[in-house]
Amino acid sequence: MSLVLDEPIMATPPRWRMFLLRLLRNRSALVGGTILLLLVLSALFAPLLAPYDPFKVNPIQRLRPPSWDHFMGTDEVGRDLFSRLIFGTRYFLLICVVTASISASIGTLLGLLAGAGSRFVENLIMRVIDVMLAFPYILMVLVVVAILGPSLWTGMVSIGIAGIPGYARLVRSAVLTVRREDYVLSARALGASESEILFGTILPNVVSPLIVYLAFSMPLAALVTSSLSFIGLGTQPPAPEWGAMLVNSRTYLFSAWWAVAGPGMALFISIFGLNILGNGLRDVLDPRSGR
Amino acid sequence: MSKALLAIQGVKTEFRLGRARALQAVQGVDLSISAGEIVGLVGESGSGKSVLALSMLRLVQPPGQITDGHILFDGEDVMQMSARALSAWRGRDVGMIFQQPQSCLNPVKRIGWQVAEPLLRHEKIGRKAAWAAAIDLLRAVGIPAPEEKVLAYPHELSGGQAQRVMIAIALALKPRLLIADEPTTALDVTIQAQILELLSERCRTLGTSLLLVTHDLGVVARIADRVAVMYAGRIVEEGPVEAMLTAPSHPYTKGLIAAAPQLGQAQGGRLKDIPGAIPDLSRPYAGCAFAPRCELRQSLSLKACDNAQPAPTTVGSAHTVRCFGAAGSIQSEMRVTS
Repeated sequence: MSLVLDEPIMATPPRWRMFLLRLLRNRSALVGGTILLLLVLSALFAPLLAPYDPFKVNPIQRLRPPSWDHFMGTDEVGRDLFSRLIFGTRYFLLICVVTASISASIGTLLGLLAGAGSRFVENLIMRVIDVMLAFPYILMVLVVVAILGPSLWTGMVSIGIAGIPGYARLVRSAVLTVRREDYVLSARALGASESEILFGTILPNVVSPLIVYLAFSMPLAALVTSSLSFIGLGTQPPAPEWGAMLVNSRTYLFSAWWAVAGPGMALFISIFGLNILGNGLRDVLDPRSGR
Repeated sequence: MSKALLAIQGVKTEFRLGRARALQAVQGVDLSISAGEIVGLVGESGSGKSVLALSMLRLVQPPGQITDGHILFDGEDVMQMSARALSAWRGRDVGMIFQQPQSCLNPVKRIGWQVAEPLLRHEKIGRKAAWAAAIDLLRAVGIPAPEEKVLAYPHELSGGQAQRVMIAIALALKPRLLIADEPTTALDVTIQAQILELLSERCRTLGTSLLLVTHDLGVVARIADRVAVMYAGRIVEEGPVEAMLTAPSHPYTKGLIAAAPQLGQAQGGRLKDIPGAIPDLSRPYAGCAFAPRCELRQSLSLKACDNAQPAPTTVGSAHTVRCFGAAGSIQSEMRVTS
């Protein structure tokens, strides 16, 4: 063949490594990622990090201010707050993961079907989604909890369900854009079936907006779960969940501020971390930010 | 005609615009492609040639729809195929490549997998074997260092390389027919020649028939055996490439040839053009669609042009034309006057 080379070849590192490099160069992703990493580490090594048993009641030591023995103070029954906060990371992450996987998996599936299915399927799914969205978020959660009874798991499931519409709408709009792309037509011309196109061609191309949305909706879900515990419908005492800890200690806000400040700050920092991680991910994954 | 690989008869494709309006993109086309043949399908923008190409594989997407006609592939009726049979047929027996090679590759998948995908889909072959086959296929289309390029992502390829990859994918299973819709239009001129050479070389080697859709007569002259000229949803002239280029019969074909710039042409002269534009295909028109722009009709003032569709007339061996003015005695008269 008398064919000339088009251009020199360049060796390219794998896509995920490029992505990681860009992420490390992004300051908000770095800070958010560090906070998330610390949360994960403390959840994993909670028994090693916590100086006391988080459930151990000590009536003599109740509502002690921060000191060398209890450097975040103790709560109304004398449990060490720092230890409870450390164990609380497990609840926080559990809530994030469970709610997000429920809403992301079901929402993505519905969005894909609505975006690529027939008009009838699309109308059916989107009208249900519209009805769900028209319901106030917290009211919907309350309805589900009222049906299933208050516990941490029903709280998480209900918040997971309440998050479905957001994912479905996001994925559907992304699919509507992607399915008009030439590579979808090309895949069809090469004999890809409709399901291969949906899951093999379209889905990988809507993952970036999905990851960003995930990072933003996880802290929101964690916040709502904590609110649910706060009104007594989520985690039940004595579990060291931050929202539940806030409820128990709010009575002592003026006499023992530390019992409120600890879980409050823990929630604030964790949610802040996830949010700025989301910001960073959006900057890195957004195609408009240049590749 | 009987041993045609692909034969389409009276195919009509329309795009619904509203309740009562529809754009008639393809208005009854007959065309056949024999095994191993390279056919050029020529026409200006909006003549319906891309829609016709998509119709052949039943790839027209709603609101577009094939409303009439038969598509026979090796005697099998494509219009009657089930969705499953259609998927099995596409990619294995027929392939298609498009105008924008870079946007035809999935941006999030490595080149190697995209080349291997049709092999995995249509043949019982392991992932390792498919990967190795992908490297060979890329080598065959002239991709330098294919062992490294399989790991690349589409945005790392140049336009020419992307089109080579598309050719490799489309020809991976040695289909019997390849439809190339303006494969070189988006590429720069030096790369165009390479891609055309590659296309015809691969097709001749594999014995694959090629339907080359283009607006560029030069491209057709270079590699095609036969040419069909399309205008406003109809094929107006069809014949062997030599006859078509040296003795075109239809005034539209003549116009196209005259409008093509040629090297060594008198300098400073303006390029000839065909005045006017393609008619609105959503308004049905009784006469020949080219009549409003036709010089021949003006000089002959034929009544028939405005009132009826010209039927195909034979003007040479395997050379047919649809024009009242070009047929028979009138044509020879025309030759004298021109």
